[in-house]
Amino acid sequence: MPNMSKAVQYASPRNGFGEALVTLGETNAKVVALTADVAESVRLTAFAERFPERFFDVGVAEQNLMGVAAGLAVEGFIPFCAAYAAFNPGRNWDQLRVSVCYNNANVKIVGTHAGLSVGADGATHQALEDIALTRVLPNLTVLSPADIFETRAATLAAAAHDGPVYLRLSRENEPIIFDSKCSFTIGKARLLQKGTDVTVVVTGSMLAPAMIAVERAKSNGVSAELLHCPTIKPLDEAALLTSIRKTGAVVTVEDAQAVAGLGGAVAELVTTKQPVLVWRIGVRDSFGASGAPKDLYRSFHISEKDITAAIMTAAVKKR
Amino acid sequence: MTVYSIEQRAQNIRGAVIKMLLAAGSGHPAGSLGLADVFAALYFRILDHKPTKPDWPDRDRLIVSNGHIVPLWYATLAEAGYFPKSRLVTLRQAGSALEGHPHRGSVPGIENTAGPLGQGASLAVGQALALRLNKSAKKIYVVLSDGEHQEGQTWEAYMAAAKYRLSNLTFIIDRNNIQIDGFTEDVMPLEPLRAKIEAFGWHVLEVDGHNVKGIIDACAEAQAIYEKPVAIIAHTIPGKGVDFMEFDPKWHGLAPSSGEAQRALRQLHTLQGRISAEHE
Repeated sequence: MPNMSKAVQYASPRNGFGEALVTLGETNAKVVALTADVAESVRLTAFAERFPERFFDVGVAEQNLMGVAAGLAVEGFIPFCAAYAAFNPGRNWDQLRVSVCYNNANVKIVGTHAGLSVGADGATHQALEDIALTRVLPNLTVLSPADIFETRAATLAAAAHDGPVYLRLSRENEPIIFDSKCSFTIGKARLLQKGTDVTVVVTGSMLAPAMIAVERAKSNGVSAELLHCPTIKPLDEAALLTSIRKTGAVVTVEDAQAVAGLGGAVAELVTTKQPVLVWRIGVRDSFGASGAPKDLYRSFHISEKDITAAIMTAAVKKR
Repeated sequence: MTVYSIEQRAQNIRGAVIKMLLAAGSGHPAGSLGLADVFAALYFRILDHKPTKPDWPDRDRLIVSNGHIVPLWYATLAEAGYFPKSRLVTLRQAGSALEGHPHRGSVPGIENTAGPLGQGASLAVGQALALRLNKSAKKIYVVLSDGEHQEGQTWEAYMAAAKYRLSNLTFIIDRNNIQIDGFTEDVMPLEPLRAKIEAFGWHVLEVDGHNVKGIIDACAEAQAIYEKPVAIIAHTIPGKGVDFMEFDPKWHGLAPSSGEAQRALRQLHTLQGRISAEHE
């Protein structure tokens, strides 16, 4: 596990998506891109300039965005439709459900600006519900990478996967954790730190704070095992159960509602396969707010301090 | 096939629809009967298609956005030879592929999944863009209800089709003036529908939706419009062919009883009593 207390570099995961899409455009003539008036924000400008005939901006019309993508997919193209997660899949969930998932259309839905990481734009633009909304849909794969390199690899993996994929990206510049050789296997968790007392399961941009929390817990005498789940659906049940059977307690961490997301998925798993106590770090049944993401993580109790406290509590209270 | 033969096919299809809804005990007769002439014209003249090869890449595509009229779609496909007519009476039954709303690929010839209104238009825009990227000269036809023009998504699709000048795209709008809660102009007025669609940058034609030759001619005219997408407003009578169903919003989503079905079939076989049926 990289040492997060040392100085680290930061980059926007969205850049990893944009770069990967240009690579895909060069290697696969079937890859097309769509957006709804946010081309630069979702990093589609380079693709649009390079492949103008394969880029479609449908304007501020997210329902149509999803439907047009589905139409391109049923004719054999591999569309990436990208917009803010609050609107895509927030605004167009019915179109995602019927035109894409029920059809099993090979659409890649990219929701950027997910979670409190949006920051200053505030609650309307902070998708805290998108994991819950996508996780319940049959045929849909849900990916939530942590940094620029993992996002690049996840984008390539999504294109290679035959079937609809939701790719969840944060807005912030995130600490660089992986490197340019990062590979991505859909459905596989990454064991980043071995431990014996508590299993910490994390996804997306919360990986860096979770790594810091695991280090702090270690200095307080608690050995936490860290599993990063860049694939939320299908969940890597084998990896989770192996770890949980060893530690006997779980802390889940996500920049999303604390219900029905990654924590919900883990809770569903353990109740049937390995009952243990689960502490879920996430936003507690409230909307977000404007502010710097770091400040929001503290005020909504999903910061490294909160994660550390949950790990310490779990180590004591587990049965 | 002659226009007269196509009209005969439409009557056969209407009869099949009544039998299907009777067997299912639920479904949507008004739109299904109202669009029978349009569907017969499409499958027996307008569309370039192969019933024995539903996935033929060079086929014209028909997208049905108002999925609730799927009994008509199934009956037409069976009439055209896509699958045996004997399967029709399994409509809406557990274990049957003939779902209550269409699902792509579930039955040969069903091109799209539909149910929530307004989604077919966007899907078709994507397919029209795809055919253009593939340099295909084939056409995308979309059947839409008038009621689903109350969905915002439909108009999002109109805008996109105009932006991309999708001349390979033709909408056929079932202007039957009814929806579940009553007449469209009472529930949520659509008029002036033609002017609205023209203002969105489309070429608009209007046709009597029960005049098979008129429908064929309008689709031919649509092919000649190469700078814009075309919408054909087909004025239809909901429940067409069964007098007690015609014009009555009650029959939007109500299956006939067995007595009503018998009356309906007698009317369809005799063209509402104007001719005597062979079996009587």
